[in-house]
Amino acid sequence: MTLHDVDLAVEFCGLQLKNPVMPASGCFSFGKEMEMFYDLNLLGAIVVKATTLEERMGNPTPRIAETPAGMLNSIGLQNPGVEKVIRDELPYLRRFSSLPVIVNVAGTMVEDYVAVVHRLNDSQDFDAIELNISCPNVKCGGIQFGTDPEMAAEMVKAIKEASNRPVMVKLSPNVTNIVEMAQACEAAGADAISLINTLIGMQIDVEKRAPLLGNGVGGLSGPAVKPVALRMVYEVASNVNVPVIGIGGIFTGKDAIEFLMAGAKAVQVGTANFTDPYAIPRIVDEIKEWCAAHGVKHIDELIGAANPMSRRRG
Amino acid sequence: MPRTEVVLQEKIADGLYRMVIKSPVDLSQSAYMPGQFLHFRVSDSIDFMLRRPISLCLADEANNLVTVVYRAQGEGTKRLSRLAAGDTVDVIGPLGKGFPLHEESSAALVIGGGIGVPPLLELAKKLRAKGTRIVAILGFQKASQAILIEEFKALAEVFIVTDDGSMGKKGLVTDLLDASMIDGISRYYACGPTPMLRAVKQALEPSGILGYLSLEERMGCGIGLCAGCVHKIQDNDGVHYVKTCKEGPVFPAQEVVFS
Ligand SMILES: Cc1cc2nc3c(=O)[nH]c(=O)nc-3n(C[C@H](O)[C@H](O)[C@H](O)COP(=O)(O)OP(=O)(O)OC[C@H]3O[C@@H](n4cnc5c(N)ncnc54)[C@H](O)[C@@H]3O)c2cc1C
Ligand SMILES: Cc1cc2nc3c(=O)[nH]c(=O)nc-3n(C[C@H](O)[C@H](O)[C@H](O)COP(=O)(O)O)c2cc1C
Ligand code: FES
Repeated sequence: MTLHDVDLAVEFCGLQLKNPVMPASGCFSFGKEMEMFYDLNLLGAIVVKATTLEERMGNPTPRIAETPAGMLNSIGLQNPGVEKVIRDELPYLRRFSSLPVIVNVAGTMVEDYVAVVHRLNDSQDFDAIELNISCPNVKCGGIQFGTDPEMAAEMVKAIKEASNRPVMVKLSPNVTNIVEMAQACEAAGADAISLINTLIGMQIDVEKRAPLLGNGVGGLSGPAVKPVALRMVYEVASNVNVPVIGIGGIFTGKDAIEFLMAGAKAVQVGTANFTDPYAIPRIVDEIKEWCAAHGVKHIDELIGAANPMSRRRG
Repeated sequence: MPRTEVVLQEKIADGLYRMVIKSPVDLSQSAYMPGQFLHFRVSDSIDFMLRRPISLCLADEANNLVTVVYRAQGEGTKRLSRLAAGDTVDVIGPLGKGFPLHEESSAALVIGGGIGVPPLLELAKKLRAKGTRIVAILGFQKASQAILIEEFKALAEVFIVTDDGSMGKKGLVTDLLDASMIDGISRYYACGPTPMLRAVKQALEPSGILGYLSLEERMGCGIGLCAGCVHKIQDNDGVHYVKTCKEGPVFPAQEVVFS
């Protein structure tokens, strides 16, 4: 079997992806910066930075700390606001002929999330919403929606009513029962579930005897979180019927395949883009090589391969 | 990732290293600027996720080589210092926006503090090539940390200060910024620790001399993806956070806000 015989195409929320790998929100800005590295048509889809109603300054610096096999960030949803995103950022992405565009939506209260979605409805330059109810970096930044199943359901219902595009819901790992959260979102109408966002963590600057990050705490990402992410994806894929998108510490093709086998329909890659700007095309190539070497003709054969419960749910 | 070869690695002072590598880009074809930085992976394993930004210290177009000078302080830069000639390293760059070279600048003042001194060397070289007269004020903790003095002396009139007086004058770079020092100066350029940059900006603001500061922030990606490296900038749109890896690390001094 050669690389050409391998078909990596997947479909979810009515989006056609030529491969199951896309950048994770906040780890790819709005895509323009990557022009100097590769053609964005190589991505399965693109997920842009969290977009809020008004411009957000974000948190004080330092916003970044390195941790063993990972990093902490406390960016705090810095973005130019939905108006500028629609005007200055999204049209650029339509130059890429086969690139589904997913807008990550964030806010503070149901009303401002809904206002962002209403404003987005008029734009033709994107294909789906990823509802961010999981950012750990902003006070009231959606996290309580991400930790309380009833509030999450209320939010998802409001966004589903407001949106004229499919709605993925991105979950926080900072909960005791991830399945309960996912099921509440599914029941409220979520078209897909993506997980995980970052785990809340901290670093102390021992010289200053103070937290290193300007915000005190930040979100942990990178290979260090992969086992937690994988377990959560496995559990959620076993207990919901909508497609699950796996995120957390994916660095290699084999990491991505683990998520697919756990039941994820597709994956997102975040922190790895910082370490290796070519991470996503490399991961796509590595998946393809693995498939060719193992006689896998279509990527569907791998989805849920290690999770019989998720396969039964299809 | 494309890798490049290490040509030379040498210790030049206590904990300080000079590394020469083959340029990751063809310098003769690239619009590189002094003040830009190179972004190094310090290990192939995933223990160290983040690249380390190190400023371009010298560019040798004829041989397509770049020199960086850095302090091995934390675990990452210590790993970098263990590379030897013949090894390869994963590096991208030069990245960001560097020091603009003004045509009309008749005399320039460059002010460096500690590990902020190296990027000013390529700047001094470029200014000198344009016929600009250069005055350099270089500050170090102590004599054993002083670097690149001879290199600067070949290009500029050099003044040295140290914290403990073990070389040059005892004190801070700003102690030398009196009227006679800035006489005839039309531009200044500074790189060093944030308290130094703040003090330099404050000291030179009344003179009206246009200046440029090279800022240092912790970086996630170095290529504009994460918004980790921001600094407060005041421009026509008001005060906002700007990505120093993309729009900087060098900014006009009057735009830089120190909070
Ligand atoms: C634009 C720019 C140019 C620079 N040029 C030089 C140079 O020419 N020579 C030189 O010696 N140093 C330079 N530095 C500082 C250098 O990047 C840090 O000393 C280095 O990243 C520290 O890494 P470490 O592994 O030693 O420390 P660790 O403490 O292990 O680093 C942990 C994390 O914090 C970051 N970090 C720690 N200290 C700094 C710092 N002072 N600035 C930015 N990030 C930091 C690291 O990059 C890493 O992500 C520059 C920094 C910037 C932003
Ligand atoms: C610097 C940074 C910024 C992020 N910004 C966002 C964001 O705006 N919206 C969001 O939903 N997730 C955001 N995330 C979370 C990532 O999308 C992803 O869920 C998480 O980092 C785990 O994946 P990784 O280990 O591959 O990075 C951010 C992560 C990082 C590191
Ligand atoms: S370091 Fe990521 S945007 Fe500057």
